[in-house]
Amino acid sequence: MSTLDTTLETHSDEHHGPARGLGRWLFTTNHKDIGSMYLWFSLLMFLVGGSMALMIRAELFQPGLQLVEPGFFNQMTTLHGLIMVFGAVMPAFVGLANWMVPMMIGAPDMALPRMNNWSFWILPFAFAMLLSTLFMTGGAPNFGWTFYAPLSTTYAPPSVTYFIFAIHMMGISSIMGAINIIATILNMRTPGMTMMKLPLFCWTWLITAFLLIAVMPVLAGVVTMMLMDIHFGTSFFDAGGGGDPVLFQHLFWFFGHPEVYIMILPAFGIISQIIPAFARKRLFGYASMVYATASIAILSFLVWAHHMFTVGIPLAGELFFMYATMLIAVPTGVKVFNWVATMFRGSMTFETPMLFALAFVVLFTIGGFSGLMLAIAPVDFQYHDTYFVVAHFHYVLVPGAVFSIMAGVYYWLPKWTGHMLNERMGRLHFWLSFIGVNITFFPMHFIGLAGMPRRIPDYALQFADFNMIASVGAFLFGLSQLIFVWNVIACVRGGRKAEARAWEGAEGLEWEVPSPAPYHTFAEPPKLPESVR
Amino acid sequence: MSLHAANRKLVMRLAFGCVLMFGFGFALVPLYDVFCEVTGLNGKITNTGPIAASEADTSREIRVRLIAVHNEEMPWQFGPQQGLILTHPGEMKQTAFMATNPTGRRMVGQAIPSVAPAEAARYLHKVNCFCFEQQTLQPGESVEMPLLFVVDKNLPEHIRSLTLSYTLFDISPEVSSTGRGEKEQSL
Amino acid sequence: MGLRIIKTIGSGVGLALLAPASLHAEWGFNLTPGVTDVSRSVYDLHMTIFWICVAIALAVFGVMFWSIFHHRKSRGAKAHHFHENTLVEVIWTLVPVLILVGMAVPATATLIKMYDFSEAELDVQITGYQWKWRYDYLDHELSFFSNLSTPREQITNVAEKQENYLLEVDRHLVLPVDTKIRFLLTANDVIHSWWVPALAVKKDAIPGFINEAWTIINEPGIYRGQCAELCGQDHGFMPIVVEAVSRDEFDAWLLTARAEEEAQAQAAERSWTLDELMQQGEQVYLQACAACHLPNGEGVPGAFPALKGSPMVLGDVAAHIDIVLNGKAGTAMQAFRDQLGSVQLAAVITYERNAWGNSLGEAVSPAQIARLLQSADGEGEQ
Repeated sequence: MSTLDTTLETHSDEHHGPARGLGRWLFTTNHKDIGSMYLWFSLLMFLVGGSMALMIRAELFQPGLQLVEPGFFNQMTTLHGLIMVFGAVMPAFVGLANWMVPMMIGAPDMALPRMNNWSFWILPFAFAMLLSTLFMTGGAPNFGWTFYAPLSTTYAPPSVTYFIFAIHMMGISSIMGAINIIATILNMRTPGMTMMKLPLFCWTWLITAFLLIAVMPVLAGVVTMMLMDIHFGTSFFDAGGGGDPVLFQHLFWFFGHPEVYIMILPAFGIISQIIPAFARKRLFGYASMVYATASIAILSFLVWAHHMFTVGIPLAGELFFMYATMLIAVPTGVKVFNWVATMFRGSMTFETPMLFALAFVVLFTIGGFSGLMLAIAPVDFQYHDTYFVVAHFHYVLVPGAVFSIMAGVYYWLPKWTGHMLNERMGRLHFWLSFIGVNITFFPMHFIGLAGMPRRIPDYALQFADFNMIASVGAFLFGLSQLIFVWNVIACVRGGRKAEARAWEGAEGLEWEVPSPAPYHTFAEPPKLPESVR
Repeated sequence: MSLHAANRKLVMRLAFGCVLMFGFGFALVPLYDVFCEVTGLNGKITNTGPIAASEADTSREIRVRLIAVHNEEMPWQFGPQQGLILTHPGEMKQTAFMATNPTGRRMVGQAIPSVAPAEAARYLHKVNCFCFEQQTLQPGESVEMPLLFVVDKNLPEHIRSLTLSYTLFDISPEVSSTGRGEKEQSL
Repeated sequence: MGLRIIKTIGSGVGLALLAPASLHAEWGFNLTPGVTDVSRSVYDLHMTIFWICVAIALAVFGVMFWSIFHHRKSRGAKAHHFHENTLVEVIWTLVPVLILVGMAVPATATLIKMYDFSEAELDVQITGYQWKWRYDYLDHELSFFSNLSTPREQITNVAEKQENYLLEVDRHLVLPVDTKIRFLLTANDVIHSWWVPALAVKKDAIPGFINEAWTIINEPGIYRGQCAELCGQDHGFMPIVVEAVSRDEFDAWLLTARAEEEAQAQAAERSWTLDELMQQGEQVYLQACAACHLPNGEGVPGAFPALKGSPMVLGDVAAHIDIVLNGKAGTAMQAFRDQLGSVQLAAVITYERNAWGNSLGEAVSPAQIARLLQSADGEGEQ
């Protein structure tokens, strides 16, 4: 993105400008280039996954089968989930981490730059393989992004093997990225930056990186066991050979639950950077925010079976998982209160990043409330596998994680490009997205409670009205994202010149360097300015 | 220590760690058996085989329901001789399941037991069960497969009813392809 | 169409804001209180947690929106510089914990009640198949399959959809009220989940394992539910209909149902004409086979073989019968010997051999199939 060459002195031949041509992007070890590649890749995947969502919502616009066959519908729901989780949200957070973490701690780059390059380049290949399954005999994976056995083993289409390989590749990418983050943050902070002076975005990413290293191998193990069952005659998940389909669920969700925290902790970090900047007031309760994030991470390992309340777990187990899940509401609540306390008696302005951050606080909290309701095991028997769950996780992921990514992009675009965003277009994108997202997902609470199951291409007549509303909202939200694409491209190409400190209240080392940031920053570790916390 | 030597030492330690974890993975096989025995989890474990005779506790009547389920590819006729047995904790009971292979080919089946409620599983001792072995049936052949069981005296008070289900799976291709010898079912 | 959309959105939003809670269930807004004591407890718990969440939301968002309004730079607000207050932080950590404990108590009580599986008077085994349910009244020697009965034309938008679209089946699960009924759940192939909202019963049906659930239905009526675990192509097309009747009616129904099974067996013995078999066979085919092999018999290349012009169908009738009765191991082709009666099996095989231009002109008789199904020592062939 930033092609300006450095204005720093060149002590060694490392400090040249970026290379030219395709080779620059294939072989780069520069955290800014790699961050940009992750972000563009994730935007592309977001649009691909979003198109699949629109196909789903188009079919669900009215009862009856109009547009697609049930088999293809199942492929769409599966791929939509996989692409959004592994191709849009996670790479976007990694891209933001790549760009910002070294600058925030005053480091010249990530600790392991070549591994960083490889972490990125695995992804296009993994997703090309995954998307190519659409063209294989038997079709793409059609067993849901949660791919329960034996639907995903004995009864899976032949493309399941490619799905397994794609997951392996994505997992390797994430694990290597996580190692890089930890090594960078622990080893390369500028002198004087103690752990309790780390910006919160770095703290949340540090904790997320530990979660990734802990659970991605479990995912790799599960899909390898699937591979064994499918091709090598084992029976991990097949009762006929002495195995147990429920074992799959335990293993998957042991990964799966920390995974959803992997997708939200960096969001918490971004919001914790943005709200103080636009309230012109330091984050309230820095230490509690750190401890709360760590508690959430630890607790996330203890709650996986709340996805399995209907599977036939003994009473003691159900109670334990219910209590542990309810407990996560406490540190999460603390974070929300701290953000509100940061706003309180501040001096707020409402530029685009702040709009997205405020919407995050409200809408993520709504998603959190439906999560609390889902935690109550006896009532979960009525909610499980219905649209109530779909409403819950889309609230925490779309106006949650995705809005935080957009907030972060809008917040840091001036640093990356040297230009200020066109605020009117930013506001337009925000309001259309905000309205669209609520029209799409709020009615899903109702149809879930009224009895509509998940993952069905056709439904009974009493669900028709709200489905129609949700589909209209989905198209509104989906098409509004084209404005986002326009905004990003326009900001890259031009706009009002951005200051080093592009936003008046913004604090942190990244705002000490010029906008756009030079190709190499902090070749020498900086002195911490007084204001940096 | 020179950098080279320090790196070498680190690499050796990391390699040793890898070997250790690999070995741990292998050791998990017997370790899991120990874990399940100690905690009694999973219910499908060691309460099989001969059991010391003891007096039945006639003050409690336990209803044991027996169910047969076919896995979809299994065309055998399969069912319990008695669907419901009344017993007492400590009392040895004998019953049987009937199976017939109505197809034109030799087949091998495996019966997989499951107990509800799950917490009762460890209190149901299968002294002798056809589910211990694979069953081979020639085309058209029928067989009566015995089941000998005892409900443990330590069955919790609040459980008065148990269900023991057998799901029959067709394992013919696997048996013939790997050449594992099938055991003849004994009457 | 556009006007309809606007009207729908408008009325939806309006209703959400104006209609009282009790109306909401009928309009498809809310959980049903159901017809059992357990379902009522579950509903009450749901509403309690919901209102607690609403209260917390109002408090938190109230402060937030007030702050957004008053503490803005454009109104001249100056930022105060506090960023810690241990007392406040302790309070807003402890108070949520207390609220959660308050929620956990009734939740625990309800869950314990739901786990009491003892002393059932009637045991029903429920087996999930791709894509139908099978009900076995244990102790009553009655078992049957329950298939979606919504006609295909309604699904493909050729005919108008009727009231219970996608929630109707050919055979209801008839149950007596005021009786403790235990459900024993398992599955034939993949994981399914049996769910009837009015009973607040949802339990996964797992192949190779048995799960338990129970209910006591307080009111007679018809209660509809759906499969609640993705199980393949027609996951959305395998509903559940429970018909709760008085105990006397239930006993009478049992007798009639068993008598009907007898009659079915006898029907197999009489002779059937080719036309009768074709007519019956077409219905059976559309219901049991068309999902994979398609109504036109052309199948889905790579997944489900075509029957039209197929060498298997046009060839040796014994092999054709064998594959329909006994399925084909290692594929999705199920064994239909337990799922269809002799008449239906004979009819569908006859239909396949004579439809779509397959015109072999020959019929397979129900009596022939009945004998095959009964034979314990006969060869599998004719």
